[in-house]
Amino acid sequence: MVEFLRYRDDEAHDEPAVTLDSFFGQSNATAVRIESGEDARALLPHLSRIALIEVSFPSFRDGRGYSTARILREAGYEGELRAQGDVLVDQIPLMRRCGFDSFAPDAPIDEETLTAALDRYNFRYQAAADSIVPVWKLRHG
Amino acid sequence: MYKYDEYDASIVAARVEEFRDQVQRRLAGHLTEDQFKPLRLMNGLYLQLHAYMLRVAVPYGTLDSQQMHMLAHIARKYDRGYGHFTTRQNLQYNWIKLEDAPDILAELATVEMHAIQTSGNCIRNISSDQFAGAAADEITDPRPWAELLRQWSTFHPEFSYLPRKFKIAVIASDTDRAAMRLHDIGIQIVRNDAGDLGARIYAGGGMGRTPMIGSLIKEFVPFADFVSYLEACLRVYNRHGRRDNIYKARIKILIHALGADEYARQVEEEFQAVKALGIDPPQAEFDRIAAYFAPPGFEVDAPDTVDRTDPDFAVWLDQNVHAHKAPGYAVVTISLKPIGGIPGDASADQIDVMADLAERCSFDELRVTHAQNIVLPHVRKADLYAVWTALREAGLAEANLDLISDIIACPGLDYCSLANARSIPLAQKISERFADPVRQRDLGELKLKISGCINACGHHHAGHIGILGVDRKGTENYQLLLGGSGAEDVSLADITGPGFSEDGVVDAIERATDVYVRERTPGERFVDTYRRIGMAPFKEAIYG
Repeated sequence: MVEFLRYRDDEAHDEPAVTLDSFFGQSNATAVRIESGEDARALLPHLSRIALIEVSFPSFRDGRGYSTARILREAGYEGELRAQGDVLVDQIPLMRRCGFDSFAPDAPIDEETLTAALDRYNFRYQAAADSIVPVWKLRHG
Repeated sequence: MYKYDEYDASIVAARVEEFRDQVQRRLAGHLTEDQFKPLRLMNGLYLQLHAYMLRVAVPYGTLDSQQMHMLAHIARKYDRGYGHFTTRQNLQYNWIKLEDAPDILAELATVEMHAIQTSGNCIRNISSDQFAGAAADEITDPRPWAELLRQWSTFHPEFSYLPRKFKIAVIASDTDRAAMRLHDIGIQIVRNDAGDLGARIYAGGGMGRTPMIGSLIKEFVPFADFVSYLEACLRVYNRHGRRDNIYKARIKILIHALGADEYARQVEEEFQAVKALGIDPPQAEFDRIAAYFAPPGFEVDAPDTVDRTDPDFAVWLDQNVHAHKAPGYAVVTISLKPIGGIPGDASADQIDVMADLAERCSFDELRVTHAQNIVLPHVRKADLYAVWTALREAGLAEANLDLISDIIACPGLDYCSLANARSIPLAQKISERFADPVRQRDLGELKLKISGCINACGHHHAGHIGILGVDRKGTENYQLLLGGSGAEDVSLADITGPGFSEDGVVDAIERATDVYVRERTPGERFVDTYRRIGMAPFKEAIYG
């Protein structure tokens, strides 16, 4: 069982994430936490100085963070994007597709189950924030 | 119809293994019921009053005889020998064991079927016009667009935990046979002035406890932007739809709060961002899919006349058979509404009969309708009598399409854990009260729809006559509604007044139809008369 997952080669960022409000008041902050329901687009002008964005999942049912992640990646954010909170093992493959590359789940994750889940699908229908080539592109080159 | 290639097959096979793993983890206690629930729901598995219910997807209501035979086989092997066709053009089994579900999915996968996203807070199975590819009035076959959306929405990484379920319907004619504007997103394929096909988009329709008719948000989306535009629609909903109250979480509530214009503006803004990502499949992918829906090889010289000598056959012909786009062919609707029967139910043997007829006489194709009937879309007129004879032997030749006994009903309190009242016994009583076929035909088109609770699975808001079962101090009580429609003349039904007992509501319906018979002008349907004269005369007769 693991309590933290990180799919990045760079060194882990150790500065604690500040709230969105504090981030705008602190010109030197490099890590920020977005609560579910907060607008990720407010961060877009500042992405170049951010090393870690933590997105909260207060309940596994609350899917707003998936859109948050995609918006950040689509805007070119390349720093660490962490899903924190009620994150379940069956959701991690979807979250990876949306651009999350680290996970701090409330409850530890069984690695064997996770590996199986991440390896399960050989093909995906749609393009997302990862590098997977969608089926329609495979069909037509 | 669409056939899987290696990619589709691989994805569905992986899904079977994924669900098998999830069920094993649940049975081993590694997943709580609370954690397992959204996973099983996303695979169409509900915990009902007596057992698990499994809802099998029939994408846009189209299936072939091999798939239909598989549905019969599963009914025999894993259920109690029957299945229930639903208002989402799917099929439900009501007596499933959790431990059997992975094996059932594996069997379904052998005929390119699944239960993906037939439930849960995700984009549900896409529905469409049951006459697609056959209707004389369509401008194109809407199913390639629907299949494209099926693929786009399957395991969509961003939209699998939406605020609430999300239903999309696609049609391609001005006649709406799919209740398009009562969907979260309704799509009508249209031609623009340049002669190109594209999608006209309505959003925010739905039934449930707050019924609303979808608003037009975009006049024309070309194919090149189709997926991007829908991605934008869903993203605005996923980000801003309410999550604090399950009853206010559908997109209709968001659009009602924002206003359709403001929602459309936000979608447009999001679309500008999304369009740049290159997520739209190329025209070649549309063409690849569309090729599967090419018209079958209709005989060019199929005889266009039908021998009407047998009077019972002639009645069925007039009621259940529609015009086909190809000369010498007809569209047959098989009623699953025998007098005194359970709307939408079919036995395994009946399912096999319909499959055989499709294989022999309908280019191997069947459709499920949202009114819980089955369609043989491409029948030679010369074969109609033989088809009717075979249907009659199987108890499937009820000549009541769109008549008062062609009732839509949800499973109600007999099966459903959400229901407040039973729907099935009431449907049976109504059809028995109006059993006389001459009387039914005299009453003409009359769409009667019953829901056993406010969630409106039985489409009562869209009934010319709607019935809503409620719980009143521990007893079942039925409210009566008049004047709804799910067709191109879409409207929401009005409630007549205080509710009734089960027998009382049957009497009230009869008093309402008596008013119609008294007040109608030539050619007027029940709903037309209601719209012309209003509620007052009906109310007076019902409660007076």
